[in-house]
Amino acid sequence: MEKAVTHIPETVAPPAFIRREGVPLILFALLLLAPFVARFFAESYLLALFSRTMIFAIAALSLDLILGYGALVSFGHAAFLGFGAYGVGILAAHGVSEASLQLPLALASSALFALVTGALSLRTKGVYFIMITLAFGQMAFFLAVSLAAYGGDDGMTLPSRSRLFGFDVLEDDRALYFLILLALLGSYLVSRAIVMSRFGRVIRGARENPQRMAAIGFPLFRYQLTMYVIAGTMCGLAGFLLANQTGFVSPAYMTWQRSGELIVMVVLGGLGSLHGAILGAAAFLLLEEWLSGFTEHWKMIFGPFLVLVVLFARGGLLGAFRRLGIGGAR
Amino acid sequence: MSSAILRLEHLCKNYGALAVTEDVSLALRENELHAIIGPNGAGKTTLIHQISGLAPSDSGRILLDGKEITPLSMPERVHRGLVRSFQITSILPGFSVLENVALAVQAHEGSSFRFFGRAAAEKKLNEQAMAALAEVGLADRAARRAGLLSHGEKRQLELAIALAAKPKVLLLDEPLAGTGPEESEVLVALLRSLKGRITILLIEHDMDAVFSLADRISVLVYGQIIATGSPAEIRENRDVRVAYLGEEVV
Ligand SMILES: Nc1ncnc2c1ncn2[C@@H]1O[C@H](COP(=O)(O)OP(=O)(O)OP(=O)(O)O)[C@@H](O)[C@H]1O
Ligand SMILES: [Mg+2]
Repeated sequence: MEKAVTHIPETVAPPAFIRREGVPLILFALLLLAPFVARFFAESYLLALFSRTMIFAIAALSLDLILGYGALVSFGHAAFLGFGAYGVGILAAHGVSEASLQLPLALASSALFALVTGALSLRTKGVYFIMITLAFGQMAFFLAVSLAAYGGDDGMTLPSRSRLFGFDVLEDDRALYFLILLALLGSYLVSRAIVMSRFGRVIRGARENPQRMAAIGFPLFRYQLTMYVIAGTMCGLAGFLLANQTGFVSPAYMTWQRSGELIVMVVLGGLGSLHGAILGAAAFLLLEEWLSGFTEHWKMIFGPFLVLVVLFARGGLLGAFRRLGIGGAR
Repeated sequence: MSSAILRLEHLCKNYGALAVTEDVSLALRENELHAIIGPNGAGKTTLIHQISGLAPSDSGRILLDGKEITPLSMPERVHRGLVRSFQITSILPGFSVLENVALAVQAHEGSSFRFFGRAAAEKKLNEQAMAALAEVGLADRAARRAGLLSHGEKRQLELAIALAAKPKVLLLDEPLAGTGPEESEVLVALLRSLKGRITILLIEHDMDAVFSLADRISVLVYGQIIATGSPAEIRENRDVRVAYLGEEVV
């Protein structure tokens, strides 16, 4: 007699690995393939669009480290984009276009700004933290506006993209694209390691119950400050890339609206998941691009869409995916 | 007489015009279980907040092992061996039971400024955490989300978290609060097993538990300690009976 079928085939739910890693795998596979597909269409337009998307994905990813994992609503994160970008611009204005000098300046200045402003901001909580990070963001913005030698209000056009050890490889859009993709992948993998590490576990614990964490013996301030500096530095990297991608540096990168957009990207994609931030940045920028093709009042459509996502897809787009069985754990 | 491991000297604290702690002095002997009882609002929790460093004291000194710890923060005091629990259950509900305890181990085992390597897979941390869970009888719940535990189990978990911090002095704020008779039996047995190994300052409303567990009892009324003594002495104390046990004494 035939044995009764007791085993339901695996096709009902995708296997654990795909469930966990499906979204990031698909995301990075698409980003890797995009330039090859773009050849057959408007290549330079598509490369620029996707490059920009990945740059903002790095910025959103870095914000997710403090906003999603630390529950610290930083409203001045765009300032770090500016520090990264001006690291390129200021050196370029003095004839230094070497990435091996520009990048360290971009990262170090972002890290220093994060250290100083974080040390003050993290002494406050809740709404006060939002306000003080906003205030520091605005200070950075007006500092950039006041830099008359570097274009002031108008910003400045870069004479060239950064050179890699003297070579002008980045002048090629595709090379720049892959450099950005590499930076995104690196930022993503480093962030993933950090949030699962001992250090990251302290940050995640503080998100749930800071008083419990203090009673266990963790002085949270220094952990949160460290995370703030890591996030700021990573966003500085995005700023460095943004300056190269646009060939332009301006205070417009550091407006408070831009900080707000970064928050929207993270929330839209799904807080505290990292690849959610990438997804959110992509959804935000591609929708913006697409909708603004129809009407200059694209925000009239985008606003309600955002409301719907927040209301009906708790956990953002990733939360919606997760309910479909893909997308992984927090 | 054995030396005092925890000494409170003239501790005071006011909330506005309300004197919540008024000149409290107390010395805990090593490895004794010292209970503090008192009516609602007497200032028991506030006193624990002051000792643990969660709330600053207006004046007075706190000494642990003869060294002043008054200016230290709560985490610093924890590293000196002064560990507390909370009257209202305080755990990390989204973490597994094991990770709740492993985090407490992590706080005491090497640096937490490690940015690589999966913390949840660290054997050394997990083994110690499992030992603490076994001690409180929660080993079979290790993989469960802490938020899904029953109330009594959450109280057991809080004790495991506190024990994992390897305390010299344990400050327990109503560990039996809100537990049913069976749950509280488990917890009382657990406290009894800790007796004599760790110095415990126990705040508790359950008088049966207090009088059966405590080596000494202090009675706190309106922020003042009105009596300290053995359970038998406290039971006989006239002031205590009037002020707290609510008896008409003629
Ligand atoms: N943060 C605060 N601000 C103002 N008053 C407070 C504060 N915390 C406690 N109090 C007051 O201090 C007094 C003592 O409170 P506390 O919580 O220490 O009492 P308790 O002895 O622990 O009471 P219970 O047995 O109900 O737990 C109460 O009158 C309370 O209202
Ligand atoms: Mg109390």
